[in-house]
Amino acid sequence: MNAITITNMSKKYGEFTAVDELNLTIEQGELFSLLGVNGAGKTTTIKMLSCLIKPTGGDAVLLGDSVKEHPQAVKAKINISPQETAVAANLSVIENLELIASIYGKDSKTVKKSADKMATQFRLDGVRNKKSKQLSGGMQRRLSIAMALISNPKILFLDEPTLGLDVLARRELWTCIKSLKGKVTIILTTHYLEEAEALSDRVGIMANGKLTAIGTVAELTEQTGTSKLEDAFVMLSGGAV
Amino acid sequence: MRIVLFAKRNTKEILRDPTNLFFGLGFPLILLVLLSIINASIPTEANNTMFSIENLAPGLAMFGTAFMALFSGMLLSKDRTSSFLMRLFASPMTSLDFILGYTLPLFVMALAQAAITLFASCLAGLELTVNLLPAILVTALSSLLFVGFGLLFGSMMNEKAVGGICGAVLTNVAGWLSGVFIPLDLIGGAFKKAADILPFYHSVQAIKAVLYGNFGELLPHLTIILGYSVVIFALAVIVFQRKMSGGKA
Ligand SMILES: Nc1ncnc2c1ncn2[C@@H]1O[C@H](COP(=O)(O)OP(=O)(O)OP(=O)(O)O)[C@@H](O)[C@H]1O
Ligand SMILES: [Mg+2]
Repeated sequence: MNAITITNMSKKYGEFTAVDELNLTIEQGELFSLLGVNGAGKTTTIKMLSCLIKPTGGDAVLLGDSVKEHPQAVKAKINISPQETAVAANLSVIENLELIASIYGKDSKTVKKSADKMATQFRLDGVRNKKSKQLSGGMQRRLSIAMALISNPKILFLDEPTLGLDVLARRELWTCIKSLKGKVTIILTTHYLEEAEALSDRVGIMANGKLTAIGTVAELTEQTGTSKLEDAFVMLSGGAV
Repeated sequence: MRIVLFAKRNTKEILRDPTNLFFGLGFPLILLVLLSIINASIPTEANNTMFSIENLAPGLAMFGTAFMALFSGMLLSKDRTSSFLMRLFASPMTSLDFILGYTLPLFVMALAQAAITLFASCLAGLELTVNLLPAILVTALSSLLFVGFGLLFGSMMNEKAVGGICGAVLTNVAGWLSGVFIPLDLIGGAFKKAADILPFYHSVQAIKAVLYGNFGELLPHLTIILGYSVVIFALAVIVFQRKMSGGKA
């Protein structure tokens, strides 16, 4: 069964088309990377899929529920790590984690347990009682991602998750993402092509709101007659270099 | 019980900021002391009861709740710009969860503030009666108006603008046009008319009515306050829901 079915989904801001008649299906458990230059429409696509903005045309169905018709049902099954770090500044690390877990309806025992687990997994144990506004940028980032994972979503959106992470944290996040593969459907955006290469089942490249290419890394390099994803990306994202 | 979860979070967010505590709980007390001193130096022959504790206590109780607009507005505005709210918008929380989650803590804070202001007034000579309790409740009820203003402006504007509108404009309008700092009846004219049309003067009158046991006078004033509150809240909910479904945050 498909986890995500997008049909002719568009988003217009006035005259400007940010996402243009997108068609795409993503299988359950698949990790799909959405690539594209700045302003290509990646975040806009993720926002429509996570019911943060309404499509101006078309629709998307997530595990049987349409984002237009039943956003409430969709919201219960997904979680998102927004492009900008999103944490409550005056709450501690643990309080942030517990808040999100309980908002998604976990009972108090599970909330405590999963918050502890997340804090450990994202190396935030040492700062668990610190207010999140006092954390370093990368630590806030890790907390923001942990808050997306703590609800055990069936579909997970990671918008540039590794932005601002140190090498260790990035590797750890990769390991964590890999361990979710097959269980959680993930859409990830990134500007690091080696990241897309290491993690994705399939890659889609967006340019000017349209999906210009889609396939496995091998397929894309073959299609463009290149040997590296980066070269394929340059050719497919409308670059002239 | 997402409302309670969110209300708890908002309580922490507000109380962990010491300036909030100062303005919320301490500021009315400072005014109480200052204006009592002024009152004491007015000669009795002047026959000016403007700042007598009987007038001052309900006035300052109302004026203190004006800061609830600042708190709710700043908090909402900050949440919107920090994209923390975006994350919650993608969660199963409904707009009712949000609005009540923001309102509840401020209502409780208004109760606490009113209690502190009125009991402190008793130390300054106000007669201690059981009517203090309904007066606290009426004060908190009329604070909802300010919470609504805060949510409305906080849904639309950035923190700085909210600080200006709710912190400076609204508190001044509420202060001057409620008759706390100036004798409205003496001035009369357009000033008095404006005060009559706006809800702030009526808040003070409603608090006075219950505080001094004139419960018959409560209803007309309370109706005006609640009428305004309903309209402001309705507007806030409309604007908030638009933001929630993707209007420019
Ligand atoms: N609220 C908005 N109003 C008008 N235009 C918008 C709005 N949000 C996004 N856009 C435009 O839509 C286009 C796509 O933006 P989007 O954020 O989806 O890009 P992106 O692919 O995520 O880029 P980046 O890699 O920089 O994050 C951009 O040209 C942007 O200016
Ligand atoms: Mg983006």
